[in-house]
Amino acid sequence: MTARLHLDEGTTSVSAALAVHNITHRYGPGGPAVVNGVTFEVARGELVSLVGPSGCGKTTLMKTISGLMQPTSGTVTAFGRPISGVPRELAIVFQDYSRSLFPWLRVRANVSFGLSGLGLERSERRTRVAESLAAVGLTGHEHKYPWELSGGMQQRVAIARALAYRPRILLMDEPFASVDAQTRAELEDLTLAVHREFGMTILFVTHDIDESVYLSHRVVVLKRSPGEVHAERVVDLPETRDQITTKADPRFVAQRAEVAGLIRDAALGSTRFSLHPTE
Amino acid sequence: MSLLRLTGRAARALVVKLGLVVALLALWQVLTVEAQNIFFPTPADIAVRMRELWFSGPAAHLFVTGGFTTDVVPSVARALAGWALGGLVGIAVGLVAGRWARAQGYVDPPVNFIRSLPKPAIVPLFLIVLGANDRMRIALIAFGCIWPVLLNTLQATRAVEPTLRDTGTAFGISLPRQFAMISLPAAAPRIAAGLRVSLGLALILMVLSEWSLTQHGLGNFLLTSQRSYQVLDMWAAVAMLGLLGYLLNLAFLALEKRLLAWHVGFTGTPLP
Ligand SMILES: Nc1ncnc2c1ncn2[C@@H]1O[C@H](COP(=O)(O)OP(=O)(O)O)[C@@H](O)[C@H]1O
Ligand SMILES: [Mg+2]
Repeated sequence: MTARLHLDEGTTSVSAALAVHNITHRYGPGGPAVVNGVTFEVARGELVSLVGPSGCGKTTLMKTISGLMQPTSGTVTAFGRPISGVPRELAIVFQDYSRSLFPWLRVRANVSFGLSGLGLERSERRTRVAESLAAVGLTGHEHKYPWELSGGMQQRVAIARALAYRPRILLMDEPFASVDAQTRAELEDLTLAVHREFGMTILFVTHDIDESVYLSHRVVVLKRSPGEVHAERVVDLPETRDQITTKADPRFVAQRAEVAGLIRDAALGSTRFSLHPTE
Repeated sequence: MSLLRLTGRAARALVVKLGLVVALLALWQVLTVEAQNIFFPTPADIAVRMRELWFSGPAAHLFVTGGFTTDVVPSVARALAGWALGGLVGIAVGLVAGRWARAQGYVDPPVNFIRSLPKPAIVPLFLIVLGANDRMRIALIAFGCIWPVLLNTLQATRAVEPTLRDTGTAFGISLPRQFAMISLPAAAPRIAAGLRVSLGLALILMVLSEWSLTQHGLGNFLLTSQRSYQVLDMWAAVAMLGLLGYLLNLAFLALEKRLLAWHVGFTGTPLP
């Protein structure tokens, strides 16, 4: 792992895993800017949360960052290389698992789906699928269809699929927005475990303030209409987190309040903006 | 317990269905016996004649006769060949054209126009261009079979969940492989519905195509019987066609149910 990191540092000039520079996106020419001049970086191995109210352009931003969609203007580089099209080292976990898993494939085939373009040996594919399913705690469910599983388990399948692909950057777009609170807490801890174990860089999108602070090293706050970076805060919490003790930690409580304040400020700003468009 | 009740219910439904068929056959038998009209032979006579014509062969030939080989086999082969060919073209064109939203304006008007054209109207054209041979017959059946499949494939491909495609793109699946791995299975339920409609069309066009210049096939047999006033043979051919259509549809449904079981589980609704 360390050897690989050193190699990368030798071949690229930029140290960031992901550098987003001045991204603006409009759906259709002449349309409003849904994302406007967004700039931020994610360092290697860092877990950064993008937090913002729904409709502020988080998914749009994710799609342009991943290379699924060409932004109207701006650039994204992954490990120093400009992105055009989804790069090999990047995987995505989509917001809606019920739409991103293939209902005609069983769990095992869904997880190995991402490997079909890599030209791996059959045995290697099998090993990776088994390892990824074990990592998300789904061993024994290989032969079920996704729609036979609960929402939380389906999202675990989607995470396992991304893990099997062995990405160096993982983008997660509100992955836990539609599961219950208990499952959500479990999946948050799974994300932390995976981040540690696989040593990836993670960009995590959420509208949940607690989640953004609990999970990340750094929080980027977005505001709405148009989607812009409102503020950035480094999260000052120990590396290992725990649902009970971390959330009771005064530092967590304070930083949570701070991020909530930032989001409120951003919302007030954009309301004033929309009430008086000439200002 | 619930399984028992379920099989009990299925058994009862089967009895009701079979009972209805038997009752209708009996009614038909009674009416034709009463009528004593030479144009309306009894179903029992028709069945006996079918057996004589096609199913009284030696055991070594699976009980089928030489007549079966000249009348039924070529017809079924032509219908299935044309259906498969038309189906393949319809699926391939539909998957590709359905992938691009912008193609819709160019693709839909001609497709809808040709689809609404009564297919028998083009038989003379095919006869002149391709001549009265098997190539023409298969081409004609294929041509008719394309449209329901094409239309369904187009619509189903356009409705494929965009996130599924994004998933393919995100994992670096090339476009040709995305057709096979994503669009095709996602559109499969609707494609199957189109193929089922086309199967019926294939039989219609098969009979039509055999009305001109061939010595083999059920269509030819039907026409020859009519011209020589073999009323019973005519009825036997009609019954045979009905039986074939029914059995082919049954086979197709069984295959569909097997391959698309996931769709029923996923949507909780029966196949389209
Ligand atoms: N394909 C699209 N075409 C036009 N407008 C879109 C499209 N996708 C999203 N939008 C608009 O862009 C804005 C941001 O959407 P989105 O990126 O999904 O926000 P978020 O993920 O933060 O909820 C919304 O106002 C939405 O209506
Ligand atoms: Mg979103």
